Amino acid sequence: MSGRGAAAAFLRRSTLVRHGLFFLAVAAILWALTWFVFDPFTNNNVAGVAIYAIAAAGLTVLTGLNGQVSLGHGALMMIGAYTTSVLLQWHPDLPMILMLLASIATTGVAGAIIGIAGARLRGPYLAGATLSLAVALPQVPTHFASLFGGNQGISVPPAAPPDALTSVTPEQWFAWICILAAVITFFLLANLVSSTTGRRLQMVRDNEVAARLAGVNVARTQVLAFVISAVCAGLSGSLFAYWISLTSPSGFTLTLSLSLLTVVVIGGLGSLTGAVIGSFIIVYLPAWTSGFASSANLPSNVANNVPLAIYGIVLIVAILLFPRGIAGGAASITRLATNTFRSRRQTSTLPGTTAPPQQ
Amino acid sequence: MRLFAIYTVAGVVNGMVYAAVALALVMIWRATRIINYAQGAMGMFTTYIALVVIQHGVGYWAAFAIALAAGLVLGAVTERVLIRPVESQPPLNAVILSLGVLILLEAVAPMLFGGQTQSFPAPFSRIDIAAGSTQLYISPFDLFSIGAVLVAMLVLFVVFQRTSLGLRMRAAAFNPEISRILGIRVGRMLTIGWALAALLGALAAILAAPAIFLYSNNMDEVLVFGFTGAIIGGLESPVGAVVGALGVGLALSYVSGYVGSDLAPLGGLVMLIAVLMVRPQGLFSFRGHRQV
Repeated sequence: MSGRGAAAAFLRRSTLVRHGLFFLAVAAILWALTWFVFDPFTNNNVAGVAIYAIAAAGLTVLTGLNGQVSLGHGALMMIGAYTTSVLLQWHPDLPMILMLLASIATTGVAGAIIGIAGARLRGPYLAGATLSLAVALPQVPTHFASLFGGNQGISVPPAAPPDALTSVTPEQWFAWICILAAVITFFLLANLVSSTTGRRLQMVRDNEVAARLAGVNVARTQVLAFVISAVCAGLSGSLFAYWISLTSPSGFTLTLSLSLLTVVVIGGLGSLTGAVIGSFIIVYLPAWTSGFASSANLPSNVANNVPLAIYGIVLIVAILLFPRGIAGGAASITRLATNTFRSRRQTSTLPGTTAPPQQ
Repeated sequence: MRLFAIYTVAGVVNGMVYAAVALALVMIWRATRIINYAQGAMGMFTTYIALVVIQHGVGYWAAFAIALAAGLVLGAVTERVLIRPVESQPPLNAVILSLGVLILLEAVAPMLFGGQTQSFPAPFSRIDIAAGSTQLYISPFDLFSIGAVLVAMLVLFVVFQRTSLGLRMRAAAFNPEISRILGIRVGRMLTIGWALAALLGALAAILAAPAIFLYSNNMDEVLVFGFTGAIIGGLESPVGAVVGALGVGLALSYVSGYVGSDLAPLGGLVMLIAVLMVRPQGLFSFRGHRQV
């Protein structure tokens, strides 16, 4: 066997190395783009896409892989954001990595509690409980105003680049942090999907009875899925606090929770690529449409709502046109194309044989 | 004791509005296995239509009737045009579709009717009645709200239990395939079910508007509390929906009275979790009905 063939075979066998190389390449490309190409505004948007993508990837594991619907992920992001903001208020000198880890820890605990409470609930019952969480939790900072800053919220200082890196702008520095966080999250989740745990999550989603017969602890698996997705939401929420530089109840409306679920579904349920596509849509659609609306000279009550209206239309049209999400739609188009191509090539060389079954 | 009476009456009045929303959600759930998250926004939209009609000098009652009729049409059109294509798809697609309708309605309403919060008239006084020297802690409008929801429930009960249309609708919801074989036009029954549910939602919204004012997402919380009530009741049972919604109304009223109005939604959440811990399928639902 040639050296090249051995390397290819090794790559095919080792998911860890394959994913590691892929995500290193993605990180390098994104770093180069933010460093050499993008202006500060674009870098800020890139950070936003990365932040939404982290939360959406977590929700993809919960809803797509494990089949549990959460309409309250905004509330988990809120726990992460408030952990960071309150800690920063007390100890402004602590390094950012500690803030991120602390937020991950608190949301992990919150996710375990919600997961345990939700493990017995199915379908609309779980959706209703998490929806009610999304409405109830933003009222807590309002009530305990001395700790959480009430309705005004807590302002968060921006993440400044270290003094040694004088030529790095704050936007670039923050975009790098978000990209790094997103790449690590996606690397870990991509490995999780193809691991034993990932298969267990899918088994519980597809057939609980069969999973139980195969020795899978259904309740524990569901709680685990909730903790994994909560940890992602916490990391995303902590970065979100730095990104919008103000943590207040009005930043974590019902709309945020609902749009996180829509991001996951219209991107393509269960697909991590879909989570990225959906996050692009939710960051860039308002930017593009509000630009269009302000240039069209519309009255303010119309112009202010154009992005929201277009988002609603995109949701409706996307579901009607791509029932399996945009990533699913793209995948079936490519499969159709490759199938046609392969079967044509096959019939021209070996008449009578059929195309090999597609993986 | 006086405060308790005040909170109880307020809880029942709000609970009746939540009950109308909860009942609308249960009707749609039983017929199509879909939770209509746009129910509240549809009510908000029809209430805006009523406001425009009132501003053009037409009386409250004509506007009231127009709002209910608009609800009927909006519900039927939504089912026929948007929901029908996703009925056979994975349940999450219907969730996203109804969220899309919710977002679209909440964006279009301020475009058409203006972005600022508006007050909405009540047909009766909202000042508490006094019987002789004793205060009753309930206003004529409160009595009207309770009565209107009760009448709507009674009408729906009669339609579903005593008419041939109701029988066909129940059959279509119970077993679409057999109903189709028996010559029932299942699709049309679902459209009628959505229309009647949207009428209830429109009623809830127009009754809630004088107290919560009118703006594009004024019904978000009402929808969540109605949904909470429907889940506590078990989603399958109309009686359960009403009982659950009244329970939510009372719980919110007591929490906001005795603890603090900020924490009222938290009270609803705690009540929901407490009930679901004991009965994961709700109070009035049997295990066999549970949908995985």
